Amino acid sequence: MRQIAIYGKGGIGKSTTTQNLVVGLAEAGYKCMIVGCDPKADSTRLILHRKAQTTVMDLARERGSVEDLNIEEVLIEGYRGIRCAESGGPEPGVGCAGRGVITAINFLEENGAYTEDLDFVFYDVLGDVVCGGFAMPIREGKAKEIYIVTSGEMMAMYAANNISRGILKYAQSGGVRLGGLICNARVVDKEFELISELAKQLNTQLIHFVPRDNQVQRAELRRTTVIEYTPEHPQADQYRSLAKKIAENRNFVIPTPIVMDDLEKLLMDFGILEAEEVA
Amino acid sequence: MTPMKIKDHNELFLEEEYKEQFKRKREFELSPSAEEVKEISDWTKTQEYKKLNFERKNIKINPAKACQPLGAVFCASGFEGSMPFVQGAQGCVAYFRSHLSRHFKEPFSAISTSMTEDAAVFGGLNNMLEGLENAYTLYHPKILPVSTTCMAEVIGDDLNSFIKQAKEKGIIPKDFLVPFAHTPSFTGSYINGYDNMLKGILLTVTEGKRGHSNGKINIIPGFDTYTGDYREIKRLLDIMGVEYTILADVSEIFDCPNTGEYKLYPGGTKLADAMDSINAAATVALQKYSTLKTLDYIHKEWNQKTSVQQPIGIKNTDRFFDEISNLSGKPIPQEINDERGRAVDAMVDSHPYVHGKRFALIGDPDQLLGLMSFLMEMGGIPVHIVCTMGDKAFEEDAYRVLSENPFGAEGKVYAGMDMWHLRSLLFTDPVDFLIGNSYAKLLWRDTGTPLIRIGFPLFDRHHLHRYPLIGYQGVINLVNLIVNIVLDELDRSTINTTSFDVIR
Repeated sequence: MRQIAIYGKGGIGKSTTTQNLVVGLAEAGYKCMIVGCDPKADSTRLILHRKAQTTVMDLARERGSVEDLNIEEVLIEGYRGIRCAESGGPEPGVGCAGRGVITAINFLEENGAYTEDLDFVFYDVLGDVVCGGFAMPIREGKAKEIYIVTSGEMMAMYAANNISRGILKYAQSGGVRLGGLICNARVVDKEFELISELAKQLNTQLIHFVPRDNQVQRAELRRTTVIEYTPEHPQADQYRSLAKKIAENRNFVIPTPIVMDDLEKLLMDFGILEAEEVA
Repeated sequence: MTPMKIKDHNELFLEEEYKEQFKRKREFELSPSAEEVKEISDWTKTQEYKKLNFERKNIKINPAKACQPLGAVFCASGFEGSMPFVQGAQGCVAYFRSHLSRHFKEPFSAISTSMTEDAAVFGGLNNMLEGLENAYTLYHPKILPVSTTCMAEVIGDDLNSFIKQAKEKGIIPKDFLVPFAHTPSFTGSYINGYDNMLKGILLTVTEGKRGHSNGKINIIPGFDTYTGDYREIKRLLDIMGVEYTILADVSEIFDCPNTGEYKLYPGGTKLADAMDSINAAATVALQKYSTLKTLDYIHKEWNQKTSVQQPIGIKNTDRFFDEISNLSGKPIPQEINDERGRAVDAMVDSHPYVHGKRFALIGDPDQLLGLMSFLMEMGGIPVHIVCTMGDKAFEEDAYRVLSENPFGAEGKVYAGMDMWHLRSLLFTDPVDFLIGNSYAKLLWRDTGTPLIRIGFPLFDRHHLHRYPLIGYQGVINLVNLIVNIVLDELDRSTINTTSFDVIR
């Protein structure tokens, strides 16, 4: 069983990319599970074809304690037998969402969600690694592989670098490694070159460049993934390709995060800043 | 039938059977040999180890402190009909209760909102609402002062909004008194928790109560665990004919007459008096470090004259009476002058035995300042002054006190240090006597330095807290506490010599 955590800046398309990619893996015959680690609970919608399933913490809130739940209530099978669980969490502004993630993952572990037949477990984690709770998927030898979703936009790259710093901490004490960057293209100038170079500087690879295509949004509006919605569409092949690369990936590294100045220099050399100067 | 004799552990574990078990346990655990233990133990007594010990950064060993909410519930209990209410986990509150009970040998009530993992995730609003409802309904308190444990603080529970919501939902009446203080356990200590809670209580109870001056003096004892001090200050002010309000009067809570009937609310500062404290002429705090924020608030918001007095020892008590006399306009009566005379007489009687003796002290900042001053009045030499709760300001205060007396020349102040630091000091620069709380008996065991028990907590000796440390009566008690330990030691050390004397 390979456990994989997907990180990246908020709004970059982690959940969409993860679900499309997992469908690609499932289509190829792999048995997969997705664990959503975000209070918004939108990591499994495209697999289950419905809005936010019952989350672990939702039910815990209803029943009064997480001990009163049954695993079947929160672990649901969706398209192609993909198992889906959502941690859920408190309402914005109260309590501790990070602790919610810890509680939910502990519950899933203790109640046998991780069965032997699983090939892949994906953790779809919210935005930045803001606190220990959101590092839970990479703690204590759970996910050993991490992919960072990014784009050629400066803040997305900044977040990717920041996440690498978090990974570095856990990589030194545990076995967690960075598997690569996934570029979810935003059609920024020289985006491919830029992210390839960022990947190089972080000591990793750009594992796949997912081009921008409105078919993703069309499928999403119908609460489904591209492969399920239009299996013949070229974008479906992009996700199949990403799935294949991840399944075959052997390039796992301890990242080498860079300093802010180097990041800005990178942008200057390749992208946004230069473009501005020309204009 | 002969009655069964049950041996207590003091005898039981000395029996051969147990000795053998302990020996086998050590073998099973692969414990180091007696020689190795001795070798390391001897090494910890060296200068070399002391140096390493003082370079220690990331760990405290036996710090002389405890956490904020302990001070908060202590303070909160000192008001009429008050039930200290803690937003947080049960275990924390159980600890506060047992800690106080072990010191005072009295029952102590406090409420926990029993926050669990789910509360940590969703926030503690529901726990607070249910807790307030239960406490209000079951225990009929007049006031529910709320403090917090670290759990509620880490997740950022908003007490102000929670309490408002409880009132809006009609769980408790709109005009019911629910003061609050955020008291995270991971910063400061019980002296700060005391301060935060007292400020919170005064803020709430005096709201809209400003009126004409009542001419009284507010007395804030601070985190003072000597119930004798509370009775003493009242006695003294009564003798002087000064009108006063003790803010957070815990004496009845922790020193309640045994009538055979349990009282949930045995006493405390009357709420009417607490409400009227905003109209007093002045406020005098008997500790500085446990009242910093409260005094600042009283000074700035109530526009009252404030003063810090620490009436431990002759000089400090003289200052205290001068200040009270100034503030109240009342002269110091002969009765108090007579008490002073008796205290000085006691000091003179015992002085030869204390003069030139070297002392190490560990404890709370305010108590340390008072004790140092008193010791030097007796010709004692404060050598090591360790204050885990102390900061830069304390260090300055302590050196100022030392500089006021030639016996202070040798004194060195260790702010933020712990008992393990003091252990090194006691080996490398031995002193004659050690002053500290019950935990300091571990230092006595290791170093053989005789312990004079003054401070908090005192778990292993009874009734010490019933006798005051403050005022001239406090001076007599301190002389008694100190000189009789000195004399005990003298007997012990001369036991088989010609100096083993009946007269001391």
